[in-house]
Amino acid sequence: MTMLKEGRPTAPEPVKEAHMAPATATGNRALMLEEALIFEIGSTATTGVDFAPAPSVASRLGKLARTDAIGLPGLSEQETVRHYTRLSRQNYAIDLGLFPLGSCTMKHNPRLNEKVARMPGFADLHPLAPQSTVQGALGLINELAVWLIKLTGMHGVAMTPKAGAHGELCGLLCIRAALEARGDARQVVLVPESAHGTNPATAAFCGYKVEDIPATPEGRVDLEALKARLGPDVAAVMITNPNTCGLFERDMKTISDAVHAAGAFVYCDGANFNAIVGRVRPGDLGVDAMHINLHKTFSTPHGGGGPGSGPVVLSEALSPFGPLPYTARMADGSIHLIEEENVGEEMPQSFGRMSAFHGQMGMFTRALAYILSHGADGLRQVAEDAVLNANYILRSLDDVLDAPFGDSGPCMHEALFSDKGLAEGFTTLDIAKGLIDEGFHPMTMYFPLVVHGAMLVEPTETESKAALDQFILALRSLAERAKAGDEALKGAPYHAPRRRLDETLAARKPVLTWTDPALAVAAE
Amino acid sequence: MRYLPLTDTDRQEMLSVIGAASIDDLFVDVPAEARLTGTIAGLPDHASELAVERHMAALARKNLSAGEAPFFLGAGAYRHHVPASVDHLIQRGEFLTAYTPYQPEIAQGTLQVLFEFQTQVARLLGCDVANASMYDGSTACWEAIGMARRITKRGKAILSSGLHPHYVSVARTMAKFTGDALAHEAPALDAATDIDALIASIDKDTSCVVVQYPDILGRIADLAPLAEAAHAAGALLVAVVTEPVALGAIKAPGHMGADIVVGEGQSIGVGLQFGGPYLGLFACKQKYVRQMPGRLCGETVDAAGKRGFVLTLSTREQHIRREKATSNICTNSGLCALAFSIHMTLLGERGLRELATLNHGLAAQAADRLSQVPGVTLLNDSFFNEFTLILSKDARDVVRTLADKGVLAGVSLGRLFPQTPAIGNGLVVAVTETVTAEDIESLAAALEEELA
Repeated sequence: MTMLKEGRPTAPEPVKEAHMAPATATGNRALMLEEALIFEIGSTATTGVDFAPAPSVASRLGKLARTDAIGLPGLSEQETVRHYTRLSRQNYAIDLGLFPLGSCTMKHNPRLNEKVARMPGFADLHPLAPQSTVQGALGLINELAVWLIKLTGMHGVAMTPKAGAHGELCGLLCIRAALEARGDARQVVLVPESAHGTNPATAAFCGYKVEDIPATPEGRVDLEALKARLGPDVAAVMITNPNTCGLFERDMKTISDAVHAAGAFVYCDGANFNAIVGRVRPGDLGVDAMHINLHKTFSTPHGGGGPGSGPVVLSEALSPFGPLPYTARMADGSIHLIEEENVGEEMPQSFGRMSAFHGQMGMFTRALAYILSHGADGLRQVAEDAVLNANYILRSLDDVLDAPFGDSGPCMHEALFSDKGLAEGFTTLDIAKGLIDEGFHPMTMYFPLVVHGAMLVEPTETESKAALDQFILALRSLAERAKAGDEALKGAPYHAPRRRLDETLAARKPVLTWTDPALAVAAE
Repeated sequence: MRYLPLTDTDRQEMLSVIGAASIDDLFVDVPAEARLTGTIAGLPDHASELAVERHMAALARKNLSAGEAPFFLGAGAYRHHVPASVDHLIQRGEFLTAYTPYQPEIAQGTLQVLFEFQTQVARLLGCDVANASMYDGSTACWEAIGMARRITKRGKAILSSGLHPHYVSVARTMAKFTGDALAHEAPALDAATDIDALIASIDKDTSCVVVQYPDILGRIADLAPLAEAAHAAGALLVAVVTEPVALGAIKAPGHMGADIVVGEGQSIGVGLQFGGPYLGLFACKQKYVRQMPGRLCGETVDAAGKRGFVLTLSTREQHIRREKATSNICTNSGLCALAFSIHMTLLGERGLRELATLNHGLAAQAADRLSQVPGVTLLNDSFFNEFTLILSKDARDVVRTLADKGVLAGVSLGRLFPQTPAIGNGLVVAVTETVTAEDIESLAAALEEELA
């Protein structure tokens, strides 16, 4: 089966008419509409809501009544709907097509999840409502917790972390609390080069000294270097598995054993759990703590930057140190939220609270709906199809794009390429911007850092073979153009709402809020 | 498995392109002893859409939702009416299913919204600049303390007794590991304000004073003298707002001299959601912008000279500086920020002021009515839409009993401050535009019966 490597068109005929078409007076182009800022089209006298009149009572605000103009423009309801609908059309999203951001995992977001998350019995509950009135919601948290524990083969789970990086913080705080409980003030966290960028930042944030562990030429943790560095000052090793090169850390069990023998703990960045769910339990590999990005593995929408949700599964050694609040099932079947008020004797070692309330309930609802829809059999299929799709892309393109770890064994859920072999002056950025014109969101660029000009492609399991073939065709064509030195590629994208944006200018002269030009001129 | 598009024929074709005999060959790097065969014991197989919906609905039915009862809970999370168009717009797939705007040419929708959001937040809080949001108010508060430490190179934060106790807990958790010293005491019910005490406690090691406005008991105080005292001692003033609707009626903390203003934005556009996801607001003075954590969206131009927006100042971030990063956070609450921004655009200045006036008026009405109930005393002489009642018995028991009768009465201070038994009779009551005159009567009648 070599049809993907041969018989495909090479560089397509350049399309010139779109950017050479005459300009329009408004700047709009048919269905692609330019949209001004609300500050330019709204007014402080306009509103899109109606309220009942306020009762006339004496004010209790004292001297603090706000008298100044706030400067918040309003729009009528229809103007509001148009403004945001027009803006939405300037966005690429998974609902529009393949979104192959490696390490970010953009898969289909089922709409059932949205529907159930909006049931008033979940969405319209107050976090401090009396516990007798929220038994269903606490039960949902508990049910999701059981799934996470069983799928990972771990002992407990902390549900409260609000994102992956918050989960990392939670895991490290558990480790630190466990070490302190045994009177062991270790100072160092080891982070392999192949780990996520948040890992060293988190360790430093917790007050640890961070040391790098190199990667082997085949893209995995250098086991000998790690063993040599282990010692009584090492608190934890933070590993990403599958790692950011898209590879499974074969030596994970050996690493865990060595880390435990040295009295330290293993933190696993579980951002890539979707590659192994239902096929591998991290608990069997000796992991002590691992966060699970619910929005990745169990598909909750990422909404242009968040929210996320990062529950942390914990080994038996770390479970007593997890954060408040947490849920516990009582003998009578009721579920209690355990917090400062009722923490009692059973969990005196909790490191404390890490957010005001008990986590991302709206994400729990979506994740549980996704999990129940797949079931144990479907989740296993998720991992298999995610890995199959990534390897299909890797092997369909490794003749035109350099695959630095192509000989290191199968990739997991993401395929890694580099810019090696492109014509002089052509970069990963050019390929990425070219993909935009081909109708795809670019892959992750320049990450992981261990590979020069990295292109990390993660198709996920929800892409069909037809979608993958179309993407492969696009990337193959761009690789050929970049190798042939097609200068036009450097101007891409030509067909997006904006051409290449000047990021240097934005950083050198930051403009972070809108200022009325009339006032800005007056102030000069 | 309705979400998985590959057929077995596809899988076979793809395996042959890869050159693998079976899917197991792709998991060859997993140590044999860790490879699972078959499904995991005790976990059910996949279910139909109808079956999942039924299961979730059954769980939802076991809850008493806020809309089903006279409802008066606040203390950091508020129930407001969210216009239908907000939820409609955030469910547009191009917003809902987009990722972080790493490719600005095809993410102008999200980026322009963030730029507008930053401007709205900065103006509402009375600051020069705001970021593109944090996880929630409590983590934003913690990050503000960290930022004050970086700016002043001092390690002692003074937390007002009126700061939400859960925010204090979060700060305490983090301080244990970063070495910050935290000064904090639980509120005393007989003190009208703790501003004087806070001013007295500022010393040369103080990085910042953190004060909530309105505070956990619903009190509001002029922050200007506190800002002045902090600045005179080389410290910063951090103000925390958990009910941003209040700023439609009362002075913005930034205008009273606060250097950093953080807040919980849930109140506008987001909904209660049993605690999350919420929306951390974070704003500060221009001179501190490079020390601000989180994402920032900035204006620039594209290669054709058109205005556009990008994420900027990323040299502070974890993916560039790794262990030297300003913060480890790598997401914001993008979708919640969108909901906030849309709701704020629908309100506009006029709508926000009307909403705030309505909240305040109803709250004043409720306070007057409830303080007539025998065994009830009103603590606050000043408040926005939330106030504290002192009951003649432990408010924890009253809240539980009233819940059994279908009235969600408020948040007991005993639940919030379990270590301070002396304030167990305090009940924090929030009144928003969703509360009706009948609701207020129901609460008054239930309290009358319970306290008789």
